[in-house]
Amino acid sequence: MSMTTPEKDFTLYGEHFSSRFLLGTALYASPQLMRDSITQSRCEIVTLGLRRQNPANRDGDAIWQYIQESGCRLLPNTAGCKSVKEAVTLAEMSREIFNTDWIKLEVVGDDYNLQPDPFGLVEAAVILIKKGFKVLPYCTDDLILCKRLLDVGCEVLMPWGSPIGTGQGLLNRYNLRTLRERIKDVPMIIDAGLGAPSQATEAMEMGFDGILLNTAVAKAHNPPLMAEAFADAIDAGRKAFKAGLMQKRQTASPSTPTIGQPFWHQQ
Amino acid sequence: MNIQLSVNNELTELADSTLLSDALKLWGYGDSKIAVAINGEFVPRSTYREHLLQQGDLIDIVKPVGGG
Repeated sequence: MSMTTPEKDFTLYGEHFSSRFLLGTALYASPQLMRDSITQSRCEIVTLGLRRQNPANRDGDAIWQYIQESGCRLLPNTAGCKSVKEAVTLAEMSREIFNTDWIKLEVVGDDYNLQPDPFGLVEAAVILIKKGFKVLPYCTDDLILCKRLLDVGCEVLMPWGSPIGTGQGLLNRYNLRTLRERIKDVPMIIDAGLGAPSQATEAMEMGFDGILLNTAVAKAHNPPLMAEAFADAIDAGRKAFKAGLMQKRQTASPSTPTIGQPFWHQQ
Repeated sequence: MNIQLSVNNELTELADSTLLSDALKLWGYGDSKIAVAINGEFVPRSTYREHLLQQGDLIDIVKPVGGG
C-alpha cells in the first residue's frame, strides 16, 4: 500500500471515511471563505443548521449551494435547542430538508457554557432512535452519560474538549482518557472547544477517532490555511496514536550510546 | 373572517380556512428549501396541501444555515 493512500478505516454508522476531520460551516466572513476552508480541510462531513429566516433574505443560499457542491456528507445539528421536544422537532425538520437521518444531537443545559444537558440528551436520543435517526450526540466527557447514550443505541459519541467557541482545548484530560480507556470500540469524536491544531493532535494521540470544530477555523485570520493546518495536525495525531507513543520517564536517558564515549579516562 | 397567527414570532392575519401550502406562497416562501413546524410539532411537506391553519397557530419556518 502506498504511504500516501488515505486509510478509509473511519467508520460512522456503517459509512467509511478517509478524513477524520468534521468541519462546521458557520461564522465565516464570507461563503467563499467557508467553501475554501472545506476544500483545504479535506473533510468529508460538514455540520450545518436550520434557522428562521425572512423569505426575502437570500444570504444563506450561497452557503447552502457551496455545501452541496462540496459533496460532503451532511450532519445537521439541533444547536440551540433547550428541551427534548425542541431537539426532536428540529431533527425531524432537518431530516426532511437535508434528506438524511444523521443528526448531531444537541440539547443545551446551560446558557453560560452551553453545556449539554445529559438527561435531555438521553431522553431525546431514545425518541430519535425509535424514529429511525442515526444520532451523533454532542455530550460532555462524563463516562456514565456516554455509557447511557450507548445503551440507548447511539453508535457514535461526540464528547466536548471544552465549551463551544472557547478554544481552550482539552480541559479534562483525566475524563477523556478514562472515556477512551473504558469505551474502546465505539467511534468518539472530540467536538467543540478546540482552538489550535496542537490540541487536535493531542486528542488524536490519546486515541480519539476524529475531530469536529468550527470556530477555530472560521475565526482564524486565514481560515482555509487554518483548515489545512488542522487537517495535517489530525493526520499527525492519528499516525502517532497508531505508531504508539513512548512511555514518559522522570529521569534523563541518553539516546546516543554511552559505550565508546570519547574524552573519558579512568582517574 | 380572518384568523390571527404567529409566523416566526411575528403576528399576522390570514383568511379563515387557509391551507398551509397557500399561506407559504403568500408569505413568499414559494419553492424555497424550508421545513415547517406548527405549535412545536413537525409538519411534513407531504401534508402542506391538506393542512388548514387555525386561529392562534404558532408557525416556525426554517431554512438551512451554516452551523457547527
